[in-house]
Amino acid sequence: MKARVTIMPKNGVLDPQGKAIGHALEGLGFSGVAEVRAGKVIELELAETDPAKAQAAAEDMARRLLANTVIESFRVELA
Amino acid sequence: MKSAIIVFPGTNRERDMAIALERVSGRKPAMVFHRETALPAGVDLVVLPGGFSHGDYLRCGAMAAQSPIMRAVRDFAAAGGLVLGVCNGFQILTEAGLLPGALLRNATLRFLSMDCHMRVERADTPFTSHWQKGAVFRSPMAHGDGNYFCDDETLARLNGEGLVAFRYATPEGAITAAANRNGARDHIAGILSPNLRICGLMPHPEDLVDPLMGGTDGLPLFTSLLDSLATA
Repeated sequence: MKARVTIMPKNGVLDPQGKAIGHALEGLGFSGVAEVRAGKVIELELAETDPAKAQAAAEDMARRLLANTVIESFRVELA
Repeated sequence: MKSAIIVFPGTNRERDMAIALERVSGRKPAMVFHRETALPAGVDLVVLPGGFSHGDYLRCGAMAAQSPIMRAVRDFAAAGGLVLGVCNGFQILTEAGLLPGALLRNATLRFLSMDCHMRVERADTPFTSHWQKGAVFRSPMAHGDGNYFCDDETLARLNGEGLVAFRYATPEGAITAAANRNGARDHIAGILSPNLRICGLMPHPEDLVDPLMGGTDGLPLFTSLLDSLATA
């Protein structure tokens, strides 16, 4: 089954990349963009067929490698 | 002083580090590849050098922190061994949880390749004993992700327990926003573990250890280490 891990910088953690994207949007004439936050999405194809186990496994992977929980939060969705 | 330098795929400052270590100790450090599972016998200093381990994929140092050799480095550190991490090495130490916090993209989003100055925040450690407290020294730096970050609680602990080793400063020793080019929290350039045996910093003192390099400002880091091991 597929798991999608979405990783975002935590609130309060400076996100210079998001800021730069915001400035670029402004430069293109898009007004009214209050804030831009940039994260990443990692898709996992898992052999596990039990949704609860797949969810738990993906969360463990996120905690141990995919996300750095000092600066990032993550969310796992199964598809 | 018997030192080991850990080499990951994409590490590129290991030879600079070897020059600095050999210059003070007269002994060539052992180069240890990331796939090894043990450190050479009798090693008393482990160095994680600079570079772009595993292409900085995912996050700087994230892959390297999971390397087989890091289990041995963790055991070595737990037994009170001396560990120095420079630049990518500092990033790896934070990713491995051996030092707190994380290194974010530079606040300016620019890769910074230039000299900086650091103020020595304490001189009673194995890494800094050959400086005076408050001394300022010049050091090259070269990084895209050197913006030290930690939460409020960790920052209070680092400051409260005196675990900040180096802060970015002007050549005169003033702590100003302009001297803190990567935007590091509280101007932090380098930190220590609570037992003062692990040190990580972003700049490269190993690249200023010989008059031929343009100065010897970085030498006290290495003579301090040699001294602490000689008297241990």
